Amino acid sequence: MRILYFAWLRERIGTGEEEIALPEGVRDVAALMDHLATRSPGHAAGFAERRTIRCAVNQDFADGATPVADGDEVAFFPPVTGG
Amino acid sequence: MLKVLVTEAPFDLAAEAARVQGVGDVGAVASFTGICRADDGLRAMVLEHYPGMTERALTAIAEKAMARWPLSACTVIHRHGRMEPGDPIVLVLTASAHRAAALEACAFLMDWLKTKAPFWKREELADGTARWVEARTADEDAATRW
Repeated sequence: MRILYFAWLRERIGTGEEEIALPEGVRDVAALMDHLATRSPGHAAGFAERRTIRCAVNQDFADGATPVADGDEVAFFPPVTGG
Repeated sequence: MLKVLVTEAPFDLAAEAARVQGVGDVGAVASFTGICRADDGLRAMVLEHYPGMTERALTAIAEKAMARWPLSACTVIHRHGRMEPGDPIVLVLTASAHRAAALEACAFLMDWLKTKAPFWKREELADGTARWVEARTADEDAATRW
């Protein structure tokens, strides 16, 4: 699956994009965040304040309970500030 | 007629307004232009976005406006990349037979795109530091009033 990071989350993690295999037992966004936080110290720092992070699954806004599957595009980012 | 554009290039308000005036029974064209301010010694602002999702989110918001108000045209242009104080960032333009629909839809579009489109602003300040703009509760409140 394709994982994308934006804004300060991208900076803390050190990459804007990574390809991972869906880890065993991971069925939703919340579990995916738990897994991603273990990948590196940067990931741990990025995901430290979980409540400030928003996400999208296949380019639709999602939340922790949204299901994820192999092949999905999942993006994590801070609250949006456009306009 | 719906136009959504995410681009690095500046836009031309007069040209965009002229384009929608001849479409259907137009008695009112409303527009909003958001411009980069020089608050707190801001030197430049860099707008990051999520290519693909941005266009998708803006189109969904514009379609919602077209469904809710009797609009003959709706245009949303949002820039990304580096902008300096005075540079235009976003343009929303609506056309309708009467002013109420055009004005209301224009306000709705701005309120919603500020909270429901994947853009992030990073400010570069005169002292050489940079910071990510934090989301404002007031923007969230403005979006929920619709």
